[in-house]
Amino acid sequence: MNAHRYLPHTPEDIDRMLAHCGAASLDDLYADVLTQLRMKQPYALPDAMSEPELDRYFAALAAQNRPMTIFAGAGAYWHYTPAAIPAILSRSEFATAYTPYQPEISQGTLQYIFEYQSMMCSLTGMDVSNASMYDGFTATAEAMIMAVAAARRRNRVLVSAALNPALVDVLRTYAKGPGIIVDTVDAPGGVTSPVAVAEGLKAEDVAAVIVASPNFYGIVEDFTGLADMCHASKALLVMNCHASTLGVLRSPGEWGADIACGEAQSLGMPLNYGGPYLGYLCCTKALMRKMPGRIVGATKDAQGRRSFVLTLQAREQHIRRQKATSNICSNQGMMTLHAAMYLSLMGAKGLEKVNRLSADAAHALAGKLADTGKMTLRYPQAPFLNEFVMDVKAPLTADAVLDALARENILGGVRLSDSSLLIAATEMCSPADIDRYVSIVKSL
Amino acid sequence: MNNKLYQPLIFELSHSGRRGDGLPDYNYGSAGAALPSALLRSRAPELPETDEPTVVRHYTNSSNNNFGVDTGFYPLGSCTMKYNPKVNEAMVGRAGVSDLHPAQPAATVQGALRIYRTLEKYLAEVGGMAEFTLNPFAGAHGEYTGLMVIRAYHESRGDEARRKVIVPDSAHGTNPASAAMAGYDIVEVRSLPDGTVDVSDLRGKLDSSIAAVMMTNPNTVGMFERNIPEIAEAVHAAGALLYYDGANLNPLLGVARPGDMGFDVMHINLHKTFSTPHGGGGPGAGPVGVRAGLEKFLPDPRVVEKADGSLDVEFGETAFGRISSWLGNFTVYIKALAYILTLGAENLAKVGPLATLNANYVMNSLKDLFELPIPGPCKHEFVFDGLRDKSTGVTTLNVAKALLDYGFHAPTIYFPLLFHESLMIEPTETESPETLDAFIAVMRRIAEDASNDPDKVKNAPYSTPISHPDEDEAALSPVIKYADLCSSTD
Repeated sequence: MNAHRYLPHTPEDIDRMLAHCGAASLDDLYADVLTQLRMKQPYALPDAMSEPELDRYFAALAAQNRPMTIFAGAGAYWHYTPAAIPAILSRSEFATAYTPYQPEISQGTLQYIFEYQSMMCSLTGMDVSNASMYDGFTATAEAMIMAVAAARRRNRVLVSAALNPALVDVLRTYAKGPGIIVDTVDAPGGVTSPVAVAEGLKAEDVAAVIVASPNFYGIVEDFTGLADMCHASKALLVMNCHASTLGVLRSPGEWGADIACGEAQSLGMPLNYGGPYLGYLCCTKALMRKMPGRIVGATKDAQGRRSFVLTLQAREQHIRRQKATSNICSNQGMMTLHAAMYLSLMGAKGLEKVNRLSADAAHALAGKLADTGKMTLRYPQAPFLNEFVMDVKAPLTADAVLDALARENILGGVRLSDSSLLIAATEMCSPADIDRYVSIVKSL
Repeated sequence: MNNKLYQPLIFELSHSGRRGDGLPDYNYGSAGAALPSALLRSRAPELPETDEPTVVRHYTNSSNNNFGVDTGFYPLGSCTMKYNPKVNEAMVGRAGVSDLHPAQPAATVQGALRIYRTLEKYLAEVGGMAEFTLNPFAGAHGEYTGLMVIRAYHESRGDEARRKVIVPDSAHGTNPASAAMAGYDIVEVRSLPDGTVDVSDLRGKLDSSIAAVMMTNPNTVGMFERNIPEIAEAVHAAGALLYYDGANLNPLLGVARPGDMGFDVMHINLHKTFSTPHGGGGPGAGPVGVRAGLEKFLPDPRVVEKADGSLDVEFGETAFGRISSWLGNFTVYIKALAYILTLGAENLAKVGPLATLNANYVMNSLKDLFELPIPGPCKHEFVFDGLRDKSTGVTTLNVAKALLDYGFHAPTIYFPLLFHESLMIEPTETESPETLDAFIAVMRRIAEDASNDPDKVKNAPYSTPISHPDEDEAALSPVIKYADLCSSTD
């Protein structure tokens, strides 16, 4: 057996170590694995590649990918990533550590999670943040389960029809286990109907109402009175928000929400064909002990030095097993560090600017597309930030528009139907990119 | 080197007026969003105002307070802290996926889809399964996904009376927690004194109310469940399915495949067996594999091969549902694929035996000083029940903390729950004999110190940035954000 660069053992090492264990061969160490269970043939996998060969392999795959100028969102937004972030993320003291079980040698991880929690509390206007969840959808599913667990004997949730339909699919999956009933509340004109919410709350077994801002159609909804309406019926208000927009939009805390959750990819995380992204989950102090996932707290060590530790662990699976608040065992560690660095670099002013640039780009595009006469803004009365729905006028179709743009390497949006598109813009789309988009549509 | 100047929280390094963003100053010539003030924040969020060099120094110095696999030996049992190859990281950049939007047309992301599909196939070969999905984000998420597949299978047969899942008392905490999330009641099955499942206890609990039995093999005490063929037969005879928790797959590489042992559904932790970094908690990936006949229940979306050889993203009619926004933690797949290709079939098959050799070597070198409740040979890991000499009062926690002073990460402690002083050691195959010998020497020295000068061990660690943090106080009066810290010191 020859050594490999990841497998240091020489044949002499192996012989010496086997002798020390009183074994004659490596096979001896598997004497308890019945012959009938052993692999009969080698793996049907390729032979080992050298580094240059591996590089060629992935370069060839990269050649089959076509990066585009992106005017699509639907939960994943093309913002710029400050170069300082990947530089720090590549530090292997962070990247190759496990969950910080030994606080004495994990203060780096614990401190950035504490900073992340602080920033998310500030953005959402909530009291408590956990150390993060896998993505915005699973964070919202956990919020739903948490709300039902807190409510006792209420197992219905009302979800706005203006939520991302894929998110509702995930909620329906997670509802199956605990037997939660998911009812949809109408959103005529793209906005959650307060009348429909009031109607739904009459069921008296509603644990939570789940709304989004901006919602799936990009609309910034007015939730005035919603929290009071929920609380009067002993239901919790759960708000799903794209993290970046919280830099400017009224926060869930200000709306009176009990749980804030959602996707934080918009904090400059690379699109990476869908992941890794970052789910955040925040709540009021009253719900703190129902929170799933890791939470980092500050304390002092024996010499009085400020120290960070994992805390409130009595909620978690490694202690409570099937009675835990969730099965989650990890968080999105490195993406949490990304979020903390992004928010440190941007600050409140940078965050305000990135939202203003994105909104300016989106409004310019929406206006110019309407001016072509080939599309109309679906919800002209509804305020939006960086994303909006356009209806394509016949005989033109949504597919025809997307195809024409794709030929010029532009991702024109997400197809909602034969005749409608969900379009987003960010600071990554230059004024010239917008003009290019518009001129292609004009030519159709 | 740790520069204390940049040590405080980033909030404490904030200075009004500093800027760290690199945003453009585009003029789009539009009025922008005219949002009514009722929809806007009443005041700006409290975020740091910092310049880029300060941010970089803060996090660089903060990283110096961390210990990773690249820092030193990390024998954390059940976590498989093997070396994370650097070329894997380089290939993430090479694969050209960073600017791919997940809603792009399939024709523009064929390379990305090929990575996904290729890794699925390779994992199916290693697991002995028919089909995989890569979508689950982590091991626990994989367990949940696998159990939902099992639930969909029983429901498809109209067999809805199966409301329980059996887990061994030695199982990872995620097993019962995942089964509970999938809507199942938990039945615990006993372990025998040798750490393996008590088959007669299991047989007594198998009936038509059982949906699945969850096992890990080797189990959490590092013992191979030698009765697995008998267990699989009994589970299937009762109409239940057998779930494989892949947390301990590493020692089986090159030796045996879960599918060949009779497992129906499994997950793999790419961040354990397939060398992707743990990232201080994530992102990981927990792909789920199923035997033939269960493919149709895997969650949406799926990556499928078209007749012309191209790949597409599809939603099925029979999937149990959806568990994620897109196709999971994509960049993790690139790293795992790079690892498999770098090792190749031949070297991948050496991983299991060498991991097992390393574990047995350490176990045999320390069992005279540490209590070995289950005699070997072990597989990838083993559990000591504290020091053999119990008269010193030195606990497993003390031993763990003492190790930190010598530049070693602690083993997993107080798990599994079968023993009072569990000290669970998993060296992995990437450690050289010199590293293992150095670890053994330190463990022996700590055992010696425990007998001669127990207080020295009990007061460790001495050289770490902090020592003996007050965890009780942290839980009693939670300070979980900067604002709490400010108000608590007022």
